[in-house]
Amino acid sequence: MQIIIDQLNYSYGDGAMRQQALKDVSFSIPKGQFLALIGHTGSGKSTLIQHLNGLLKAESGSIYFHGEDISDEDYNRKKLRSKVGLVFQYPEHQLFETDVFRDVCFGPKNLGLDDNKAGLKAFEALHQVGIPEELFYVSPFELSGGQKRRVAIAGVLAMEPEVLILDEPTAGLDPRGREELLTMLKKLHKQKHMTILLVSHSMEDVAKYAERVLVMEKGSVIHDGSPKEVFSKREELKRLGLDVPEITDFMQDLQREGFPVNPQMITVEEARQEILKAFKKGQLC
Amino acid sequence: MIKIKNLVHEYIRRDEDDNVVDIKKALDDVNIEVKKGEFVAILGHNGSGKSTLAKHINALLYPEEGQVIVDGLDASKEENLWKVRQRAGMVFQNPDNQIIGTMVEEDVGFGPENMGVPPEKIWERVEKSLKAVGMYQYRKKSPNKLSGGQKQRVAIAGVVAMHPKCIILDEATAMLDPGGRKEVLRAVRGLNQVEEVTILHITHYMEEVVHADKVFVMDKGKVAMAGTPREIFSRVEELQTLGLNVPQVTLLAHELRKAGLPVSKGILTGEELTRELLTIKAGR
Amino acid sequence: MLRDITLGQYYQTDSLLHRLDPRVKIVGTFAYIISLFLFRNITIYLIAGLWLFAMIRLSKVPFRFMVKGLKPVIMILLVTVICNVLFTKGTPVFSFWKITITDEGLKMALFMTIRFVMLIIGSTLMTLTTTPNQLTDALESLLSPLNKLHVPVHEISMMMAIALRFIPILMEETDKIMKAQLARGADFESGNMFKRVKAMLPLLVPLFVSAFRRANDLAMAMEARCYRGGEGRTKMKPLIYKNTDRRAYLCILVYLVVLIVGGFIGKRLPL
Repeated sequence: MQIIIDQLNYSYGDGAMRQQALKDVSFSIPKGQFLALIGHTGSGKSTLIQHLNGLLKAESGSIYFHGEDISDEDYNRKKLRSKVGLVFQYPEHQLFETDVFRDVCFGPKNLGLDDNKAGLKAFEALHQVGIPEELFYVSPFELSGGQKRRVAIAGVLAMEPEVLILDEPTAGLDPRGREELLTMLKKLHKQKHMTILLVSHSMEDVAKYAERVLVMEKGSVIHDGSPKEVFSKREELKRLGLDVPEITDFMQDLQREGFPVNPQMITVEEARQEILKAFKKGQLC
Repeated sequence: MIKIKNLVHEYIRRDEDDNVVDIKKALDDVNIEVKKGEFVAILGHNGSGKSTLAKHINALLYPEEGQVIVDGLDASKEENLWKVRQRAGMVFQNPDNQIIGTMVEEDVGFGPENMGVPPEKIWERVEKSLKAVGMYQYRKKSPNKLSGGQKQRVAIAGVVAMHPKCIILDEATAMLDPGGRKEVLRAVRGLNQVEEVTILHITHYMEEVVHADKVFVMDKGKVAMAGTPREIFSRVEELQTLGLNVPQVTLLAHELRKAGLPVSKGILTGEELTRELLTIKAGR
Repeated sequence: MLRDITLGQYYQTDSLLHRLDPRVKIVGTFAYIISLFLFRNITIYLIAGLWLFAMIRLSKVPFRFMVKGLKPVIMILLVTVICNVLFTKGTPVFSFWKITITDEGLKMALFMTIRFVMLIIGSTLMTLTTTPNQLTDALESLLSPLNKLHVPVHEISMMMAIALRFIPILMEETDKIMKAQLARGADFESGNMFKRVKAMLPLLVPLFVSAFRRANDLAMAMEARCYRGGEGRTKMKPLIYKNTDRRAYLCILVYLVVLIVGGFIGKRLPL
């Protein structure tokens, strides 16, 4: 296991204002998995991911990265932050350098790499996110929204993390921008065997890309399973104010109306095949 | 209500010496007509010109070519400026950057204050508009303590308190989570149905336009498609080339049609598709 | 948390002082501060102390909240007290090594402390009973005569109100950007002065960019809602003096008179 999270607890505020943000959270992440973390706003997702790279310190419980407890006094947290890359919501707001290339170099340089090596990493990272070379020396503030976001993600990728955590990376992007970004993540996952943890509100995206889904509610992980398993609990998710993919919703209604289909379909393609199959069977009878 | 004729808007980029470097046509010969009480959706990917269009209707931009007429007033005339802004209220994308007051009710009162409405009347308007969006119980709260969807509803109430004829939502749902988006849409549809306020909803979320009376799809500063949601949604492939996603149910219906099932074009909701599939099945 | 800063130190309760027109409170606080500096003798401190005590009781704010206001200035207070004790020349009371402590020095330090503490508590009392919004409104109204001198009073108070609204938002944003840069391996703590200032750039540049973007958005939103400066504008919550406010002004006047009389009497008394 790459990351083991054991009985994590964390609270905000003090006195009467004290609020438990994480309650006995335990799970582990094997190397190379594509996970999605869902839950409505305020369920503790952001707090959890900030623990994973040591930005927040747990009150009790431990996180092990490659078997080492990250809360140990002598643990090198700066190195951890390069190994577990965290992309915040609207990451383009952290851009600050005079040109794109320099901004992406910021991370590798902080790790103590010299200009050449840092430049090389930045070059690779910008390629991975699909920023064309003619934009390398342009001010990041002159780019389009989608491009800025990709440059910001490159800034984290340039540190060559083993694990990439993204907090709603598609927020505010248009459909084409979302598609491009998620395809890029899929590619990183496949080609670089990077572990990816995606925090998302879009159940359609989760269904399409994730291998495993964690559901958070009031600081606890209440479900952990494949997208199919999790999305089959439609009524419960709706009670928590969460959705299932539109297509799953439809398939479950269709079955309820007496149409002979397996309602566990979570993508349009699966649903199409399932319905066509039902018709073929019908013709044979 | 709103009439836009041959509207053109150019963004001109200049270098340090004021020489023109680049001209980009954000709007290119746009013609749109919206009737009173309609719920109109404008779709388009980022950079398609839809926000520029919205700013013209609120007279935040000046038309260089063409004409914008709001409630019979020519938006390009200096003397109509404030009348147009009062009649066509605007809700913007970022909820944090459009709330001025440090208390919900004070923010809603901001518009009427600017219009010179007497204090007692302001209180009436504030109460009524907060109730219309379901935010009355939060009137004494600080906006910083509200969720994104609640903040946008406060912003809508702020516009409603100015008694506009029309409300333009300029990607007002883009930064919200699914729950917040639903909240805002419910509030807006309520205003449209109960108060008969004309709504112009600008978005890139296709599922939000299903209930609209009319849809315009923008691309490269032009109106690329126009029609009812059903007409628009029956042109799935065209929409995809314009960088827009159709709702999953519509896409499924389209795919099933391609596979040879006699499903009708332009399916909007799950219930519709369920009904069709059951009929087809019964017929076999 | 950071979000609570908007409310300043405001203590929410229902009391006579809370209900007073904020203009009365500003004028009253000014009168009180000036009164502390009119004379320097024990009588006026007694009168001012009584007045302050009465106000605290009227405000219904627990006393510990006033003491909170003293905390940040306690160092300044200590330094001034020590300076006064050590460096005032006069009749020596006590001598030790090279240090001579004088009668005048002790008295000076005592008076300083009393005056300082009463001043801080008095102004804390104003912010505890008045919301920042009421304060900006009151300032706009009180300073409106300056309009004739072409001072943009409305604009200044509008700016203050907007600042109050955006301080918590920008605080949160600072926190977020800081964390984002930490996640990219930034180090805000180690190194010498120069290095640390340089390390702040990745925090300050995005913060400024964001503040400007927000300002731009807000200006547009205000314009869209027909904002065009103070002219022709009405107020949702206009400031109107009520009978209580008039009586309160009278009380302030009586206090000042009593204090001035007391001050002259005090001058004749020894001490």
